[in-house]
Amino acid sequence: MPPPPGSGPPLLSVRTRPEPKASPPLARTADPALRTGPRTARTLPLAAALTTVLLASLLCGTALGAAGIGWPQVLRHLGAGLTGGTLRPDEAAAYTIVWELRFPRAVLAAVVGAGLSAIGVAVQALVRNALADPFVLGISSGAAVGANAVLLFGALASLGVWALSVSAFASALLAMALVYAAARTAHGLTPMRLVLTGTAMYYGFSAVTTLMVFTADRGEAARSAMMWLLGSLGGAGWGSVPIAALAVAAALVHLRCSAGRLNALAMGDETAAALGVDPGRLRRELFVVAAAATGAVVAVSGAIGFVGLMVPHATRMLVGADHRRVLTVAPLLGAVLLVWVDVLSRVLLAPVELPVGVVTAVLGVPCFVLLMRRRGYTFGGGA
Amino acid sequence: MRLDITGVSVEVAGRRLVHDITLTAGSGRLIGLVGPNGSGKSTLLRCVYRALRPAAGAVRLDGTDLHALPAREAARRLAALPQEGGTDFDFTAAEVVAMGRLPHQRGSGAASAADRDVCARALARVGAAHLARRGFLGLSGGEKQRVLIARALAQEPRVLVLDEPTNHLDIAQQLEVLALVRDSRLTVLAALHDLNLAAVHCDELYVLSGGRIAASGPPHDVLTPPLLAEVFGVRAHRVPHPETGAVQLLFDRLPQTRTPA
Repeated sequence: MPPPPGSGPPLLSVRTRPEPKASPPLARTADPALRTGPRTARTLPLAAALTTVLLASLLCGTALGAAGIGWPQVLRHLGAGLTGGTLRPDEAAAYTIVWELRFPRAVLAAVVGAGLSAIGVAVQALVRNALADPFVLGISSGAAVGANAVLLFGALASLGVWALSVSAFASALLAMALVYAAARTAHGLTPMRLVLTGTAMYYGFSAVTTLMVFTADRGEAARSAMMWLLGSLGGAGWGSVPIAALAVAAALVHLRCSAGRLNALAMGDETAAALGVDPGRLRRELFVVAAAATGAVVAVSGAIGFVGLMVPHATRMLVGADHRRVLTVAPLLGAVLLVWVDVLSRVLLAPVELPVGVVTAVLGVPCFVLLMRRRGYTFGGGA
Repeated sequence: MRLDITGVSVEVAGRRLVHDITLTAGSGRLIGLVGPNGSGKSTLLRCVYRALRPAAGAVRLDGTDLHALPAREAARRLAALPQEGGTDFDFTAAEVVAMGRLPHQRGSGAASAADRDVCARALARVGAAHLARRGFLGLSGGEKQRVLIARALAQEPRVLVLDEPTNHLDIAQQLEVLALVRDSRLTVLAALHDLNLAAVHCDELYVLSGGRIAASGPPHDVLTPPLLAEVFGVRAHRVPHPETGAVQLLFDRLPQTRTPA
């Protein structure tokens, strides 16, 4: 809305506009009909609160499950696992469930949720597109090929329990190299080329995966392949936590340190250059970090959809677009979300376990639509 | 700070768009770059704010080669308002201005109290303090431009580069933006579409045509009917501004037979 004539700030070149100067700029009040600014809730209290909620969620994630184990017992086993202690022989089964199955699984859910959320933020800035998620680069579908080779055909059997993760991660890296090589031009990685190449590769890899599922003759294997494609934390154990946690932590630190540069990149390549940020270099950096972290996460959890798209947006609705705040809050929010999604996937139809991706969609879609319909959130100019 | 462009040629995708341009902006001067669409104004400016590298020649600030400096170092001396399609991300005006501090920050880019102070003053200076908490995407064209100028000022540069800063603004906003730029007392290099605005506000004009300089000098000397016919393909009449005496132009189409290629 153009300001009424004569209401601007004091003009210096009065010679082209000889009318007397009008009210000082501060006297002009914002039109209340206009959109109010994005929510900028205080970030640190929010982060502290989310951290508390996350710890509580990890506890709940450990206590809730198909096998009814009482809270006191759960706490005792957790304490025993963390600090050491003695247990009666008849408690061994419950201890195994709590310490060897549920707790690492909850921790892994938190790691995966935090990772996917942060990667989602990075990828959206990388391709400057609101609809981007960690999987738009085609990395996850590349990982799926590797995972299914193990699940369906028993590839890399010599690696034992590590075969799935190693194969998924290796094929994710291979997919990354392919997408990078195909999307690269003399001008570097452009957002549109990245999205198009990533999407094309996604369909290519998916076709390979589908073919593999089709030709595999073992029904149960096909079922676990499907489970993996929809995302599952069923294979979680302490073995799968460290590498994923390390990769996610490294990505988080790097992204959080790049938050200022991400802001500049989000404004456009030209602006970034004028602010002393090399957009080409930053984009390459983001691509490698996002792809490697996606590979590490997908290798242990499968392709859990929607988290990497929804959590960044939900975070922006809470704290605004500044990446310094978004990258502080989004990982926590994503971690909490995925811990609870995993709980639901285990207990809703217990003892049958739902794919995590199904639960994220069922929960996420309505929440997201509701949040988005509230006023005050703009992503894409015209919301 | 003095800006010297010497013998600069720029190539984009193998095509030479700007040929051997030499231009000087003395300290504190407002230099206008005019020319028809596609004459190389933006390309030359992109080379000045380091979005492109020159294929030949150099851009110097007080004798220092701008392209030899680290990017952040260069951005502390020279700020720019590029012509950009806009963003999807709804930063607040204050957040947009805060980006101007990026070249001054290390590591994670945490804003210090001094940074916040610089930003607040920059916003106040362009008369946009009341917009600080508003979403950038919801602002009017004129408000956006003021916030972007505040971002450039927050960079605390010595030289300001503007690419069509008055595009899509109504006339009052156009005058406002140029007054703000004038008021900054920085060395300014600005591409401008409106020749009459350029004539009034610029100390010197460089006319670009086909990637080369067709004329340069004070507006009064440069904006002659023969040059305007040759470069812009229009018939121009010069009239003095009734109050200031600055040269102003009235335009007509050229007779059809003289339409240049």
